[in-house]
Amino acid sequence: MQLIFEKHQAGRRGFSYGECDVDQVKPLAEKYLRQAPAHLASLSELDVVRHYTNLSRLNYSVDTNFYPLGSCTMKYNPKFCEQIAALEGFSQLHPLLPQLSGGGMLAQGSLEVLYESEKLLCEITGMTAFTLQPLAGAHGELTGVMLIAAYHKNKGDRRKYIIVPDSSHGTNPSSAAIAGYEVIVIPTGTDGYMDLIEYKKHLNNEVAAVMLTCPDTLGIFNPQIKEIADLAHKCGALMYYDGANLNAMLGKCRPGDIGFDVVHLNLHKTFATPHGGGGPGAGPVGVNEKLVEFLPISRVVRRSDGTFALDYQKHKSIGYIAPFYGNFGVILKTYAYILALGRDGLIRAAEIAVLNANYCQVKLKKYYDLPFDKRCMHECVFSATRQAKNGVHAIDIAKYLIDQGYHPPTIYFPLIVKEALMIEPTETESKETLDAFIEVMIQIARLAQENPSAVTGAPLKMPIKRLDEVRAARELNLSWKP
Amino acid sequence: MSYIPHTLEDIKQMLSAIGVKSIAELFKDIPAELAPKSFNIPESKSEFEVTQILRKLAAKNATGLVNFVGAGFYDHFIPASVDAIVNRSEFYTAYTPYQPECSQGWLQAIYEYQSIICQLTGLDVSNASLYDGGTALFEAMMMAVRATGRNKIILDSGVNLIYRTMLYTYTSNLSVEFVEIPVVHGQSSREELFKHLDDKCAAVILQNPNFFGAIDDHSDIVEKVHKFGALAIASVYPVSLGMLKTPGEMGFDIATGEGQSLGIPLSFGGPYLGFMAVKNELVRQMPGRIVGATVDSDGKRGFVLTLQTREQHIRRQKATSNICSNEALCALRAAVFVSLLGRDGLKELAQHNYQKAEFAKEELSRINGVTVKRSSPTFNEFTVLLPRQADEVVLKMIEKGFACGFPLGRFYKGMDNYLLIAVTEKRTKEEICRLAHSLEAVCS
Repeated sequence: MQLIFEKHQAGRRGFSYGECDVDQVKPLAEKYLRQAPAHLASLSELDVVRHYTNLSRLNYSVDTNFYPLGSCTMKYNPKFCEQIAALEGFSQLHPLLPQLSGGGMLAQGSLEVLYESEKLLCEITGMTAFTLQPLAGAHGELTGVMLIAAYHKNKGDRRKYIIVPDSSHGTNPSSAAIAGYEVIVIPTGTDGYMDLIEYKKHLNNEVAAVMLTCPDTLGIFNPQIKEIADLAHKCGALMYYDGANLNAMLGKCRPGDIGFDVVHLNLHKTFATPHGGGGPGAGPVGVNEKLVEFLPISRVVRRSDGTFALDYQKHKSIGYIAPFYGNFGVILKTYAYILALGRDGLIRAAEIAVLNANYCQVKLKKYYDLPFDKRCMHECVFSATRQAKNGVHAIDIAKYLIDQGYHPPTIYFPLIVKEALMIEPTETESKETLDAFIEVMIQIARLAQENPSAVTGAPLKMPIKRLDEVRAARELNLSWKP
Repeated sequence: MSYIPHTLEDIKQMLSAIGVKSIAELFKDIPAELAPKSFNIPESKSEFEVTQILRKLAAKNATGLVNFVGAGFYDHFIPASVDAIVNRSEFYTAYTPYQPECSQGWLQAIYEYQSIICQLTGLDVSNASLYDGGTALFEAMMMAVRATGRNKIILDSGVNLIYRTMLYTYTSNLSVEFVEIPVVHGQSSREELFKHLDDKCAAVILQNPNFFGAIDDHSDIVEKVHKFGALAIASVYPVSLGMLKTPGEMGFDIATGEGQSLGIPLSFGGPYLGFMAVKNELVRQMPGRIVGATVDSDGKRGFVLTLQTREQHIRRQKATSNICSNEALCALRAAVFVSLLGRDGLKELAQHNYQKAEFAKEELSRINGVTVKRSSPTFNEFTVLLPRQADEVVLKMIEKGFACGFPLGRFYKGMDNYLLIAVTEKRTKEEICRLAHSLEAVCS
């Protein structure tokens, strides 16, 4: 498709502000003014609407295609939540209003949403308090690690290391490093669990925290998780819970009860807020009693008269990690979603998510290698090594799936599984959808044996074929130039 | 409400295929001792019930006030077609375009967004967006630290206090040294700034217009900064770039800012849009996703995520940043908004803001006891000195139906009588006159 800039027609307008209702004034001095105009496209409203509408049709999305992208929990995003976030009473509220004197009363509705959402997330996870401010999962991780640093610092304890398993998300070690820690990586044993012997070897009083995903990125619940937590606590280290996979645990097990001290959630995964093509998400962070005093400023409190206010008085707080109260519009959708599902609905979501993943695992086991043959939780991880021997790699399988109308599973992650195919169906997908997907996966396995080139040539039915990524990185073309 | 499609028969068949008798059996890896100690969540409600609850809460917010509060976050008009596009679920229910062949819509939209940010800022390269203006500024600062191998930052106190505070939070465990430069008569003090500029300096961070609304031409500062081998970082308000000299034209190496003003609702603080643009030579130090153009096996143009070797999923603890997403949907809002306006519309928007703010200055300066600060030119926001505490005035003005501005005493010591007033294109002449009239009554 043409770029929007290539559709430019000088003199066309897509939007006009009309006559300004105040008189012309003396212009600014020349030195303050823009010298060259911005080369933006001039188009009619229809030109712009048609351009972006047609672009939208080039995407696979949850509403148009099955999207079993492992670790991302691409469940259905209820439409009424979108409508609620767009209510003018919420969408037009200036974030600084509560900071005006007497202004807290101007934002009681929003403050109540924040207060109640925090309470619900505490109960779901078994934590004492939450900050809703982190703007994404990785931002939550960074906030969580900073809270851990503040905790140790407050005790006069200088600790240098953070432990992560080799199956972790890349953001875990990266967030730890950005907060100033060195990272120790523990290998995964042949049983699919973090190697306990290696873990014990590296645990000492210089370890600040252990960051774990549970169920882990293989989709497996580690029955030794409590022991891992207890060992860390014995050394004075804290336990960090990466909430990417919380969807499997709703009402079944709470990180707080296991002994996790810090938890981040991905509202755009477990709580059905849209992924938005990459964002905005939200990554609230929950803590237990040990860490409450370090939470970011500000905190929503409930006064004795039942009204809500913002508390800025926290001398041990790590400070400001976001400009205001988090991605409020996203939190709002989460609040609506939790209220709608209720207790039983949340538990049912976890149950059916796990049922769907196990169904896929069982049905595909004969056709693809299962590196760790265990009961899975909300996702299952296969390896395409058998197919790769015939030249059909995970990426080829992904591209063939695209031709068949499926968004591929996550591929090549976790890094410890060769040719990984990580399938997370989520609870909102029906048995018919799974059966059709499974059939295509079986067909690919068969083609890999009988006619590999039928797979490796994919995709053939999309507007473009495979793109030259090496060229993209070598001959950088990152923006249109006039 | 439930969004689960499974019938009892489906579940029965699936359990039997798996070879278990019950769903509970699927959870047997969770030890019994780890069962939740409690799970007291209210019972399920219908869509109608939840909507009613939230409508009531929305009604408790006072969005009916005539808004003159800005302070970095502005009440601009959003054309309906922006909402129409971002409400297409082919956009909002997709995720990061890892698979380019089924994500060309998103990839091209982000490429266009990047191009628009380059055009607005006058710089070479933009990333696919960051969380917000504050985190974008932090990322820019860390880029400068990495690129120069130095750790001293000169920070102008005209930079939004919220962002300055965020920089301090994020660096509390890192060895970054800050020097804050005072604002004199509304502008960056050259004298103070140059005193601290030396070859230990990684970057100088400035904001234009600054927090007080004052416009500056920072070209002279940037030139000096470069002589010491440091980088110059600008935090900018994108709507103003329809009129004001761009960071690129002033020679800045990096520009960041809050993109909320480009078609994104205020929404009580988020989601917003952090943008970042840099000179070519810094591209490999950039954080976040970047989309690039390339060709497919038939030579046809297409778009992919590129330069991924900077990123956490490959480099892990050695990545340039821990960011693994962007604010794509907000970036799309910005792209659609700017494309609707086009080059003339953007100029017109900036012109209306400037003109209305100048008109408001005239009206307010007629009030006895109220002084409009005029030591520097301003864009759409300016400072007034009131005859009494701004906090009190604000409270009284709320009763009259106005959010009349931001009291600077909240952020700056000794400025208790100062009020920061923003006037966007949405404020009518009549509203501005009423503001002046009410303020006169409150101040007398």
